[in-house]
Amino acid sequence: MAQELKPQAAGTVARSNGETEPATLTFTPAVDIFEKGDTTVIIADMPGVASDGVDVTLERQVLTLRGTVKPQAPEGYRRLSSEYREGDYLRVFTLSDNIDQAKINAEFRNGVLRLELPHAAEAKPKKISVKAA
Amino acid sequence: MLQTTYLPWSYNDPFADMRRLQGAMNRLFDGGRSSERSGAYPSVNFWVGQDSVVMSAELPGLTDQDIELTVKDTMISLRGTYPEPETGDDIRWHRRERPAGSFLRSIELPFRIDPDHIDARFENGVLTVEMQRPEDDRPKHIQIKSS
Repeated sequence: MAQELKPQAAGTVARSNGETEPATLTFTPAVDIFEKGDTTVIIADMPGVASDGVDVTLERQVLTLRGTVKPQAPEGYRRLSSEYREGDYLRVFTLSDNIDQAKINAEFRNGVLRLELPHAAEAKPKKISVKAA
Repeated sequence: MLQTTYLPWSYNDPFADMRRLQGAMNRLFDGGRSSERSGAYPSVNFWVGQDSVVMSAELPGLTDQDIELTVKDTMISLRGTYPEPETGDDIRWHRRERPAGSFLRSIELPFRIDPDHIDARFENGVLTVEMQRPEDDRPKHIQIKSS
């Protein structure tokens, strides 16, 4: 399971190195999240992002999806009308602790990021033997 | 002359600014894309050059085979279908925000376009179409002779 973190929290989590970036537009990418068998799948739309502009980080249980857009204005043209705007993408989730973090699979194609998060084998309850004094 | 009528599309409309502001606020607090709001899908951007126009649209998750582009005179039509979301008995959905289904949008352009000189590219989920004005339709430059 993946739980979303609020954008305010996301800002502080994402920029732990303290640097402040100029106010470029940042969008929340639309996501599909579903569980299929033993895997949680997150699909995020990031149109305009090249595959080298995608950044997925996992720190402890915080999963950060970030996409950086290369603005593309055709040369020698002037803007006539805009119905959508370009900007970067950022979304943060917290993962439950039953995700096997070593086996996460990420794939990026046609502006869509697909993450597969396999669940870890059920953790066995640990028995702690109590020594008699 | 005293202006007595307010045309809603004129610059004298006292509410135009307010509506514009409201639209800007909605976009700001929407936090995301404005495409769902306007009703027309997909949202498109236009640029104009000397004798050409560039249109772009964001269509993440599609491939170039899923998009159908038709041009007739001054009308450009964009048609496409998103791939079906995954199905199965073992699927449990948590969130479903991404667009689905099919769309058709027709846009009237300010001039005729040459169907033989259209350059359409699809890259990283963004469709970019460059269209040229036909040769005989372009504005002519007229040399002014001085005596």
